[in-house]
Amino acid sequence: MEEAKGEEVTLFGFWSSPFVHRVIWALNIKKIKYKYVEEDLSNKSALLLEHNPVYKKVPVLVYNGIAIAESLIILEFIEETWKENSIMPQDPYEKAVARFWATAAGDGLWQFFITEGKEREEALTSVINNFELLEKELIGKNFFGGDRIGYLDISVGWISYGVPIFEEITEFKIITEQKFPLLHAWMEAFSNSEFVKDTLPLREKLSERYRKVWEAIMQKKN
Amino acid sequence: MASEKGVMLLDFWVSPFGQRARIALAEKGVQYEYKEENLTEKSELLLKANPVHKKIPVLIHDGKPVCESLIIVEYIDEVWSDKATLMPSAPYQRAQARFWADFIDKKVYDCGSRLWKLKGEEQQTAKKEMIDILQLLEAQLGDKKYFGGDSFGFVDVAFVPFTSWFYSYETCANFSVEGVAPKIAQWAKRCMERESVAKTLSDPKKVYEFVCFLKKKFGVE
Repeated sequence: MEEAKGEEVTLFGFWSSPFVHRVIWALNIKKIKYKYVEEDLSNKSALLLEHNPVYKKVPVLVYNGIAIAESLIILEFIEETWKENSIMPQDPYEKAVARFWATAAGDGLWQFFITEGKEREEALTSVINNFELLEKELIGKNFFGGDRIGYLDISVGWISYGVPIFEEITEFKIITEQKFPLLHAWMEAFSNSEFVKDTLPLREKLSERYRKVWEAIMQKKN
Repeated sequence: MASEKGVMLLDFWVSPFGQRARIALAEKGVQYEYKEENLTEKSELLLKANPVHKKIPVLIHDGKPVCESLIIVEYIDEVWSDKATLMPSAPYQRAQARFWADFIDKKVYDCGSRLWKLKGEEQQTAKKEMIDILQLLEAQLGDKKYFGGDSFGFVDVAFVPFTSWFYSYETCANFSVEGVAPKIAQWAKRCMERESVAKTLSDPKKVYEFVCFLKKKFGVE
């Protein structure tokens, strides 16, 4: 049944966007066939601008001609449209907690990456506080979703490659096995999951891109 | 937090974000305890209930905290699902509702703040942005009674608290919401006919007094 629907699903994306990766992982878990369109963000296609006139950004999911934008909103749309292989918790409170961490988990990380000195220290404190709380969500579980990958795993999945890249570039380790044993284990389990494994660009390519962005920002400051 | 049965809302009187939660609770007829927070001296309960952002509103239901106003409203809608349904039922309409509520979240308060914080050229830029926002929302509303269609819905709840800030925006930046987005102005009046909204929204003049207080605090002339 999912195959018949396959032609009707298109994802507009950009290879290095963590927001796009979220949608790819969700489509994989739900076993939805789709067409992928790589956008040149310096020269956005007319179709993209038509489908997302408000923000003009990727990802955009187009299903049966209708467009949905904003990655977390796309995740919930996917969950509600394709009923099998559920990714959202059933319980309203668990849903609320997952929705909260989907956006809050990343708080401070970008600031940590692009600042120096006192500003960076403050950002780091915020990041560590958040990770300590996030770690608690993994107690007794392999994934945030329980036994299987769920909405929150997908939403914060970018941490599994993003944080190591940030750590490499800034030469500062945040998620160590000692300090965050559960998060550390989760990162490995998530990266090695069948739904994630072959979805990402080569680590070196991603690393290079983040480094370029970082150098450009640092140069502007100095 | 003890697992006390019941519903408590940690809030601040003029917060449009807190008012979203209050309106949702009122629409559903939920009894709750309202706790006013002093934002310059946050309570231990608030800091414990929202350790990440330390912000209001926080809904505490049977001892468990829910943070972020739109998440709170969806939670309220899902738990008290027997009446006054706020979210549409079809996936695409739900996605649209979430999209526009999120748009309001990203744009309105921030742009509104710049209207009273800034002067001159920068204020003019913010004013143009606010007009664009209002007109985009007006296009979404169209000729419908509410953003939700015939029923008062999620996007209505997300946006309506800001209508009591319109007077402040208009006064600080010298424009008229009715002039630039008449359908929005009419929608705001229709919403005020609902008891949940009328009893929750702050008096626009009181909001303006608060904005003037903030201006003094931030040293804005």
